[in-house]
Amino acid sequence: MADKSLPEFKGTPEQEKKLLEVIEQNKDLPGALLPVLHEAQEIYGYLPIEVQQKVADGLNVSLSEVYGVATFYSRFSLTPKGKHKISVCLGTACYVKGADKVLAEVEKKLGIKSGECTSDGLFSIDSCRCVGACGLAPVMMIDEEVYGKLTPAEVDKILDKYIAEEGGSN
Amino acid sequence: MTLEELNNIKKEYEELVMVRKVVKEEGEKLAANTGYRKQVLVCGGTGCTSSGSKKVLAALDEALKENGIENEIHVVRTGCFGLCSLGPIMIVYPEGSFYSQATPEGVKRIVKEHLKEGNVVKELLYKETVKDDGTIISLSETNFYKKQLRIALRNCGVIDPEDINEYIATDGYQALAKALTTMTPDEVIQEVLDSGLRGRGGGGFPTGRKWMFAKASKGDIKYVCCNADEGDPGAFMDRSILEGDPQCIIEAMAIAGYAIGAQRGFVYVRAEYPIAVNRLSIALEQAREKGFLGENILGTGFNFDIEIRLGAGAFVCGEETALMTSIEGNRGEPRPRPPFPAVKGLFGKPTVLNNVETYANIAQIILKGSKWYSSMGTETSKGTKVFALGGKITNVGLVEIPMGTTLREIIEEIGGGIPNGKKFKAAQTGGPSGGCIPAEHIDTPIDYDSLLAIGSMMGSGGMIILDEDSCMVDIAKFYLEFTVDESCGKCTPCRVGTRRLLQYLDKITQGKGEPEDLEKIEELAQHMQKSSLCALGQTAPNPILSTMKFFRQEYVDHIYNKTCAAGVCKSLIKYEIIADKCKGCTLCARNCPANAITGKVREPHVIDTDKCIKCGVCMSNCKFGAIRTV
Repeated sequence: MADKSLPEFKGTPEQEKKLLEVIEQNKDLPGALLPVLHEAQEIYGYLPIEVQQKVADGLNVSLSEVYGVATFYSRFSLTPKGKHKISVCLGTACYVKGADKVLAEVEKKLGIKSGECTSDGLFSIDSCRCVGACGLAPVMMIDEEVYGKLTPAEVDKILDKYIAEEGGSN
Repeated sequence: MTLEELNNIKKEYEELVMVRKVVKEEGEKLAANTGYRKQVLVCGGTGCTSSGSKKVLAALDEALKENGIENEIHVVRTGCFGLCSLGPIMIVYPEGSFYSQATPEGVKRIVKEHLKEGNVVKELLYKETVKDDGTIISLSETNFYKKQLRIALRNCGVIDPEDINEYIATDGYQALAKALTTMTPDEVIQEVLDSGLRGRGGGGFPTGRKWMFAKASKGDIKYVCCNADEGDPGAFMDRSILEGDPQCIIEAMAIAGYAIGAQRGFVYVRAEYPIAVNRLSIALEQAREKGFLGENILGTGFNFDIEIRLGAGAFVCGEETALMTSIEGNRGEPRPRPPFPAVKGLFGKPTVLNNVETYANIAQIILKGSKWYSSMGTETSKGTKVFALGGKITNVGLVEIPMGTTLREIIEEIGGGIPNGKKFKAAQTGGPSGGCIPAEHIDTPIDYDSLLAIGSMMGSGGMIILDEDSCMVDIAKFYLEFTVDESCGKCTPCRVGTRRLLQYLDKITQGKGEPEDLEKIEELAQHMQKSSLCALGQTAPNPILSTMKFFRQEYVDHIYNKTCAAGVCKSLIKYEIIADKCKGCTLCARNCPANAITGKVREPHVIDTDKCIKCGVCMSNCKFGAIRTV
């Protein structure tokens, strides 16, 4: 299962301590696996196999069960995400207003595809289904910030701002 | 908490909230009693938050302090008002002045000129509320609100969702008190049954019958679940209710618990809805503090509590059996039915599972009676339905209409028509499980059975308006891409069927469609409808079948003539410069990423179709409308 293309796992003791606490708090909860995985991803940013193994040991379930659940849900990621997480909405309201062009522009600008992360670890792109800001369609989210009524030119400007903030290292 | 204490809180807060509900003159009288000269409501729903309502709130606080009137003005952050495309939205009571697209600069003016000096800033008002002669009409008289009837949304945009006292002030928890102290569980179920309420998640199963079955099931442990896994892209009704009035869901679930004999409830909500999750958590805590959850509720010996479980981005978990499998901590795959959840549901126990909007009607039904509720709507569809209106429509937002309202009323009156002078082509309801209502059926009354009769469905309430620029084959493909992504893979008809359907549509939109493809699609669709395990696979062909039924000519054009009339399917279109309109400004040539456009300054340009990559940049940049697709 170890994928060579994945970066080496660099969990800290603090992260591990937090994870063990979460497991301890939830281990008697019926159906604890999902809530624990949510928290684990919050702590580590993603769910590498090492973290899944710890969850499996802590909840006394098999690694295959944890892996099965972690890969079933799109919110759980087995690969690290960028410092800035870009999420382009491909819900229906955004789609009919040109969300595909927005996504294409983001991909072109950053030189990566949806689901990937730039090699410097600064940006990752994902598509999502409806953030519920249909009144502003088409929209994208960068981290927690929502940008609405987008055009490709607008996308370009917004990304330039983030790139400049990061010292133009992209 | 006793009944008396409940009524005392109601009395204490009633006037504060009533100021926002009554007509101006009465509101002014009431305002005098509240200790606040005016109240400012700012929408804190997801739509308005995205368009900057946090900055507006911060500017408001600051400006109030600057003007020294922070103690005279009561600021409330509410849930969704409905008119999301005009956010951030701000209302001032008792006048009821409706400011739209508020900005921090505008807010400064409003605070000084309106709140301090008493002069409404007319040019910042929602323009529909200012008549040509300058008189200001109330929001309820505007086209957007006039035809709406708000029951599920009655508190959204009215109360502070993070203050249980404001909910109590609007009859909150009176229905639970009535049920617990004056009704037997059977009477509660009978009332819900008589009201004619049907499941608002899309299925339309009578809610009272569900409750009856769960009550009849033997077992000492039963569960009440709330489906807040609103996955239909373009739908945000449930989110708005949770954000605007979370207590009404808690109250309804407690009533359901009493009716079927359950002591525990679960709300399964999308993790993608952080504001809703946060407000619901606050609401649960406040309900526990006040004793509406926990042990011996209202001194009646009834025990009930609710837990939140977060979804993790799987559309199939909106299906009831998959949702329960997910709460149990597993891959959210559906289970065969029977056994139905009412017999063997969550953790193998009898379970009632209703959608958020369904619950939002319950307290009102118990309080005002089934006769009142069933007096609204049509013969077989009672009450109201909330829709998230989106796509090519002027007023994008949330609307609640009595069942039986026609599509025309929704689009032309409430929705304000199609923008940019375009023509209405179709309304898509029911998302990836639903279908299209074409222009010739625009007078169809919106209810469960009328929509089924024309091959669409009510769905959970997403309504996407399409205009002449939308290609129906492309829309069908969009939904199939969605179901391919979201099929859980457990059963073959859905896992393989959705992929095969998408392959046909890919072929057709690339101009490689063959005449027999349409028959093959129909045959495959029938198999999927009959043999898929859950509703996701059974309904996945609907978007294709309904577009094929109403827009067959478009499929024929794509297959036989290799054309896409809407100019969407890239393989089938060419970009062309209209020589008469081209001024030779060179803008297109400079921006073309493929250097496919040539021409001299001030002379008509030409596109080399061999080089053109059909990105459309030229067309969106041209200021003279000189570029078209053919």
